[in-house]
Amino acid sequence: MSKPVVATASLAGCFGCHMSILDIDDRILQLVELVEFNKSPIDDIKTFTKMCDVGIIEGGCCNSENVENLLAFRKNCKILISLGECAIMGGLPALRNGIPVEECINEAYCDGPTVSLNKERILPNDDELPMILDKVYPLHEIVKIDYYLPGCPPRADLIWNALVALLTGSKMDLPYEVVKFD
Amino acid sequence: MEATLQKIVEKYGKDSARLMDILYDVQTEFNCVSDEAVEKIAALLNISGVDVEQTRSFYHFFTKKPAGKYAVYLNNSAVAEMMGAGEIAKAFETAAGVKFGQVTADGKIGLHYTADIGMNDQEPAALINGQVFTSLTPAKVNEIIAGIKEGKCVKDMITTYGDGVNANPLVKSMVKNNIMNNGPVLFTDYQVGAALKKVVEMGPKAVVQEVKTSGIRGRGGAGFPTGMKWDFCSQAAGAKKYVVCNADEGEPGTFKDRVLLTEKAKMMFEGMAIGGFAVGADEGVLYLRGEYRYLQAYLENCLKEMRDAKLLGNVLDKFKFDIRIQFGAGAYVCGEETGLIESIEGKRGEPRNKPPFPVQVGLYNKPTIVNNVETFCAVSKIIEKGGEWYKGMGTAESSGTKVISISGDCAKPGVYEVVWGMTLTEMLALCGADAAKTQAIQVAGPSGVCVPPSQFGRKIALEDLPTGGSMIVVGNQRNLLKDLSLNFMDFMLDESCGSCVPCRALNHIMKEKLEKILNGNGIKKDIADLEEWSNSLSKTTRCGLGQTSGNPISTTIKNFRNKYEELVKDVDYHSDFDLAASVQTSCNYVGRKPNIHH
Repeated sequence: MSKPVVATASLAGCFGCHMSILDIDDRILQLVELVEFNKSPIDDIKTFTKMCDVGIIEGGCCNSENVENLLAFRKNCKILISLGECAIMGGLPALRNGIPVEECINEAYCDGPTVSLNKERILPNDDELPMILDKVYPLHEIVKIDYYLPGCPPRADLIWNALVALLTGSKMDLPYEVVKFD
Repeated sequence: MEATLQKIVEKYGKDSARLMDILYDVQTEFNCVSDEAVEKIAALLNISGVDVEQTRSFYHFFTKKPAGKYAVYLNNSAVAEMMGAGEIAKAFETAAGVKFGQVTADGKIGLHYTADIGMNDQEPAALINGQVFTSLTPAKVNEIIAGIKEGKCVKDMITTYGDGVNANPLVKSMVKNNIMNNGPVLFTDYQVGAALKKVVEMGPKAVVQEVKTSGIRGRGGAGFPTGMKWDFCSQAAGAKKYVVCNADEGEPGTFKDRVLLTEKAKMMFEGMAIGGFAVGADEGVLYLRGEYRYLQAYLENCLKEMRDAKLLGNVLDKFKFDIRIQFGAGAYVCGEETGLIESIEGKRGEPRNKPPFPVQVGLYNKPTIVNNVETFCAVSKIIEKGGEWYKGMGTAESSGTKVISISGDCAKPGVYEVVWGMTLTEMLALCGADAAKTQAIQVAGPSGVCVPPSQFGRKIALEDLPTGGSMIVVGNQRNLLKDLSLNFMDFMLDESCGSCVPCRALNHIMKEKLEKILNGNGIKKDIADLEEWSNSLSKTTRCGLGQTSGNPISTTIKNFRNKYEELVKDVDYHSDFDLAASVQTSCNYVGRKPNIHH
């Protein structure tokens, strides 16, 4: 049997969840033995080259590019996992959800304390740029998500345990401490 | 501003525990409690700015920005909407020239929505600068706005008065009592002071025993045995104790305390004094919801008259007990006894962890009994006629009578004093509702149960269908899930104090999921999710509000599952996400055309 294929992406996230994947330390060598990576920042493959078994996504969707990426993952992955708070609930980026998007754009490009060179109040409107969504969406509101791994970031052991369970078909070890956050 | 603030703060003895009163006076004076005012009040009280800010931001009637010289608060609770509040809102908007949530450019008129104001029997209703306007019609709205534009005093715009004490010169309100059924305990003859004369002869222990004998249980809804509560408090250590009357009836559909406060105020105050005598407290606080401030002058006068008659103050020269009134400012959760205590202390009305219970650690951390208006009224009668007499009425676990407030689709909305144990079918007949045209009765308000016709044989009693008084009759013509459940969920998430994460977050998520279902985008799994989440809410939140906040959904799923199933798709997954719609605003704002590729 060929090795299961895994793809990963960070959408509106901070890459912290990917850092947590790397936190499995030397087990990454075992992981490479166990799986093959396809589209992922880990191997820098930019587009899907084949159907994948597992897609792991950190971050929610804040713009149209995130949505397109997510749809591509759903199309090319048999199983999709929401990894971490932002993917599951929107996380920190979703703090803007109570604020009109116009105000957010003003703050980012015109009125924010670090903006000093935009006296003409130019707003980015090039067709090449991703379009900003009205709010930040958790992944499951846009596509079907099969599994959720909570945490900010989910700890390395949780990710490792989940992957091993998924790939070997065994029951997942989910101790209370790895899913309880308060 | 400085001088005015100084005057207000000094009026309350520079006591930060009176912050609620201070903020109310500031709001009345300046139409808002600005950031500048917050800082100045903090400095005058010698507390930090955030201590003032957190109280200001908690209450609906304290506003950061001017609420308008004439601040209109229109009730948009479920029954108000059923009775046409939507049309009234449009009339206000057209006449005033601004939308709800806005204030006119000249700062004169502000239009705001508010949760239930205790007028369900005479909706649509609104508060304007604290005065109640009931049974509104578009024509009346035009008249009101015309009056405002002429600069009339709000009080002068009320020309016809309600019945009974509502017409008293100290009230002059258009509110009607709508007492539809007189009962043997509360809406009957009552001699002010008779019970107090009796208790001073009985002694505190005998009073507690008499209340125990009566079997009366708390009338606010939770149904805790009153005698037991008083017993605990009387035995609690400490010389200083308090009596608090909970008159924060905010449960949508309840308005019986409004009528008791109007017609039986002295009976209630006497009950509080009896409580004070029984547990050994010398101070009482009536915590009255801000919406009932129109009764203030009358109630203060009742207190004065009772002091003059030695029924308060130096009571019958036998013991000391006096009462002050503390007003709320629009927060449902303050009906929760520990939230209420926090509010009396001038803080956010966030419920405390229990235990310790208020009978041990209550107001200002002293042993405190907190009872409902109706409970205190009933106690006066229990003392007068005896516990055995009272126990002779009602059911095994619910002795005596209950005042229920009936509203919604019935011919005779109003308050009814009934003996516990009445069936819902009997209740429908009593209030002039046609059972065949009734699809549900919402018992005990949003946090209660939505009961289907198949269960109309059930009894109004603590052992079957407990209620603090709210009964909403829902006719067949209503969209149950939209008109009731969704409206109630909006209410719950507005009123959540936000302290417990599940209450703060899940209510929001559940409301969105209900909307998804109502919009035809729900799937079967959504129903299961909602059930599971209501269950989580009931187990992971601190107070009664959080624990029951999922009830508008969970009880309708339980009793009206087909209404949900008709709306959902039988698929694994369905998304209502619309990329084109979601990028529309930002694209318009930055000046580009959306380019959607797929």
